[in-house]
Amino acid sequence: MNPFSSGTRLRDMIRAIRACKTAAEERAVVRKECAAIRAAINENDQDYRHRNLAKLMFIHMLGYPTHFGQMECLKLIASTGFPEKRIGYLGLMLLLDERQEVLMLVTNSLKQDLNHSNQYIVGLALCALGNISSAEMARDLAPDVERLLQFRDPNIRKKAALCSIRIIKKVPDLAENFMNPASSLLKEKHHGVLITGVQLCTDLCKVSSEALEYFRENCIEGLVKTLRDIANSPYSPEYDIAGITDPFLHIRLLKLLRILGQGDAGASDCMTDILAQVASRTESNKNAGNAILYECVETIMSIEDNGGLRVLAINILGRFLSNRDNNIRYVGLNMLMKAIMVDAKAVQRHRATILECVKDSDASIQKRALELVYLLVNESNVKPLTKELIEYLEVSDQEFKGDITAKICSLVEKFSPAKIWYIDQMLKVLSEAGNFVKDEVWHALIIVISNASDLHGYTVRALYRVFQASTEQESLVRVAVWCVGEYGDMLVNNVGMLDIEEPITVTESDAVDAMEVAIKCQRLGLTTKAMALIALFKLSSRFPSCSERIKDIIVQNKRSLVLELQQRSIEFSCILQKHQNIRSALVERMPILDEKTFSGKKAGSLPTAVSTSSIIPCNLPNGIGKPAAAPIGDLLDLSSDDAPPAPVSSGGDFLQDLLGVDLSPASAPSGTSQSPKTGTDVLLDLLSIGTSPSVQSSSSAIDILSSSHDNKAPVSNLNGLASHSSLSANATSPASSAGMMDLLDGTGAITQKHEENGPAYPSLVAYESSTLRMTFNFSRQPGNPQTTFIQATFTNLSPNVYNDFLFQAAVPKFLQLHLDPASSNTLPASGNGSITQCLKVTNTQHGKKSLVMRIRIAYKTNDKDVLEEGQINNFPRDL
Amino acid sequence: MIKAVMVMNTQGKPRLAKFFDFLPVEKQQELIRRVFGVLCSRPENVSNFIEAESIFGPDSRLVYNHFATLYFVVVFDSSENELVMLDLIQLLVQQTLERCFKNVCELDIVFNYSKIHTILDEIILGGQVLETRSTEIMRAVEEISKLEAATNAISFIPKSASSWLSR
Repeated sequence: MNPFSSGTRLRDMIRAIRACKTAAEERAVVRKECAAIRAAINENDQDYRHRNLAKLMFIHMLGYPTHFGQMECLKLIASTGFPEKRIGYLGLMLLLDERQEVLMLVTNSLKQDLNHSNQYIVGLALCALGNISSAEMARDLAPDVERLLQFRDPNIRKKAALCSIRIIKKVPDLAENFMNPASSLLKEKHHGVLITGVQLCTDLCKVSSEALEYFRENCIEGLVKTLRDIANSPYSPEYDIAGITDPFLHIRLLKLLRILGQGDAGASDCMTDILAQVASRTESNKNAGNAILYECVETIMSIEDNGGLRVLAINILGRFLSNRDNNIRYVGLNMLMKAIMVDAKAVQRHRATILECVKDSDASIQKRALELVYLLVNESNVKPLTKELIEYLEVSDQEFKGDITAKICSLVEKFSPAKIWYIDQMLKVLSEAGNFVKDEVWHALIIVISNASDLHGYTVRALYRVFQASTEQESLVRVAVWCVGEYGDMLVNNVGMLDIEEPITVTESDAVDAMEVAIKCQRLGLTTKAMALIALFKLSSRFPSCSERIKDIIVQNKRSLVLELQQRSIEFSCILQKHQNIRSALVERMPILDEKTFSGKKAGSLPTAVSTSSIIPCNLPNGIGKPAAAPIGDLLDLSSDDAPPAPVSSGGDFLQDLLGVDLSPASAPSGTSQSPKTGTDVLLDLLSIGTSPSVQSSSSAIDILSSSHDNKAPVSNLNGLASHSSLSANATSPASSAGMMDLLDGTGAITQKHEENGPAYPSLVAYESSTLRMTFNFSRQPGNPQTTFIQATFTNLSPNVYNDFLFQAAVPKFLQLHLDPASSNTLPASGNGSITQCLKVTNTQHGKKSLVMRIRIAYKTNDKDVLEEGQINNFPRDL
Repeated sequence: MIKAVMVMNTQGKPRLAKFFDFLPVEKQQELIRRVFGVLCSRPENVSNFIEAESIFGPDSRLVYNHFATLYFVVVFDSSENELVMLDLIQLLVQQTLERCFKNVCELDIVFNYSKIHTILDEIILGGQVLETRSTEIMRAVEEISKLEAATNAISFIPKSASSWLSR
């Protein structure tokens, strides 16, 4: 007999499923079982109904669809036997989906069972109702449940209480019917009934303010007394969990007291004594005791103010933080996070313990503690806390460094008492975890440095020191490189020494060495290298003695494989060689970066004022005077002030990065694309302006340069450069590459091949019309006479270009055809080019039948679709 | 309110799943899978709490405990006390299942899952804690067993009596 027929026992089915080695095997077993069960359902099999449903429940747990069993549940529930009913209700709770019609059908059975003489059947019905009741069922059955709240057996009373919770959640209007019976449950002695009764009252308070008032007036004293009794009760083993008398009941009571005390000073007053007693006398060496303390703390924090109790509560949480159990520390931190809103001062007292938790071995505790520390920081304690966090940063796990760095940066930015402190802290963070900071962080640092004009010397020397120590942290290297480029002279001359500084001797060539290291270091990214290149370029005018060496380094990079570096080097060396007279003006120090603009950008808003005033000097007539240095410097520095309001989101443009802190992710691409005059483009590019508001101003930028230079040579020179690049750009465009491939690779290679490898066949004009010609060239591989390679060449005989050119072919069954993609889909007019496409034909009846092919060619000309069709019968015989 | 109780083995096979809200079976399976995905990558010696909001939506917390080859997981909302939920798992496993099955193991749960459901229904009803005294729970389960046996039932039978099934 098939072991998986409907006759299998439940245990056998489970065994069979467990024996499956693969998911596919399991699916097969389940499919067979389900089919058998469906068959049994269709036959209305009575004997095995509850066995089948038990199986279905198991199958459901494994995640297979079992909806077809829902009606079987109803049948079992309606039967008389206890085992059938039990399985029926179990199945109902598990298999049911939200289909209301099934629920409607079951309502009647439930009503009968709620009134059954067997209390266990009543229990089953209450359990099912409490788990799945809909609003309609709740309305229909509420009176029965209400009556059962007074049932003689406590097991039914407690189930009825929880069932009532479901009912009032589904239909809050029914709450008032349950208020009285619920309050009488609070006087029960049976713990199970008490727990569920308290829970029912809690939920009544949540859905009905009337109930809340009612319980406040009538029940607080009773609840306080109950809680006191349990708290003081001697050890009773039956309720005991880890030495504490019924922690569940404690917690339910505390929770209800919390709801009653919240927002009511009188009620809160009634419970302070017992809360103080629970808070101070509960044993805290076990989880259960701590659970009670935890609940008690939450109640104390929520009810109306009582200063003394709150301090007690927060001290309990402080003790939690030094508990050995991770769970206790975890909930302690969670609760402190809430407590900080209520009483920040009291939480501040536990700062040291919280800081210890930042160093916890459990990552989720670390994370919470860090959040909490972050909330604790204010102007007065930012220095010691930052110090602690930075010290911890040095030893923290790699995964945690990102989080902690972000928090430190945000704190330093928010509460920094002085610029020098800000710079110091940021240098520490960057040198410790610079690879974990976001770009905004080091951008912001550069802005702050730029604005702290009295600290430029100090900063560049400090950065030079840490740079010398390590180049591991890339964002640190970037800031260092930027500062050396800008303030290199201060580095060498020890300008603006502070008292706290140790003197340092850096020669000009040392500084250039450092930049060279940054350019050559393999580990550093493109942005950093490009920044170093710019820094070198800037240094070339600051350090005349090194200018030859700098030129050499820049020239070396002309051969860089990275396009951006190559291009910059070419441009810079061009300026160094041919434009000495403007160089110093070009590499002027950047003007102070505007903090507001930056923070505005960061906040996602547009710069408020668009000033064009600094552009004005650009309108100087050609050839007159020396242009003011400022506007050029301005242009070079991508001055944000001149930028048109630009979308902030763009970002990521290399040009912006290249100049360090770009303030305007503006229209560099639009600047380079708007004008067909390549000279303008190159100059724009060269100066990395890109932000010029109009074509007019960009062309005046050329005016400035050429005017200062008196002749057009550089422009034409650059023009030449540009045309070079445009030529190569053309060469890579798809159209001409197709042409080139056609000329060089395609025919050449293949014809050569078949001359070498096999008998040559004459090429064939396979198809010709007044507008189009198609030629076939044949080749074969030796030893494989069945397969022929055909190269089709299409030529346009009309004066119009064909677009969307598509060649299709069909062959009879004894042939197999494979089409490669065509070289292009555009066919130039008047035979000025062609499209080629390779075909592979395999003749399975080689020697008996010769090739034959139907073709169809579709294309567009003058916006009209054209279709040409034909048949090719004149293939060479022996193909 | 308790949202779900799940038991799965260390391979991620569900062994018991009870959701106290309506959820389609595919969704249930997905949740079990995602919970397992988090559980199996938990290091040792960390807390028993997991951020559950990404899996179960806002206002949900997750407590788990690991016994031999099984994970016991309880998902609940902010109206429940996290620490006492941990005790609830203790109550279910060590004070109830342990007494029912003497050295309870994964196989007991696999082959007696309808009994496990009955036990669970005596501890949690509609997402609320029903009874916390293991003696009460045991007594209720015993009574039900007796009723089953009295009517010569088929599917709800202790392990030792399973030979009755072979009719």
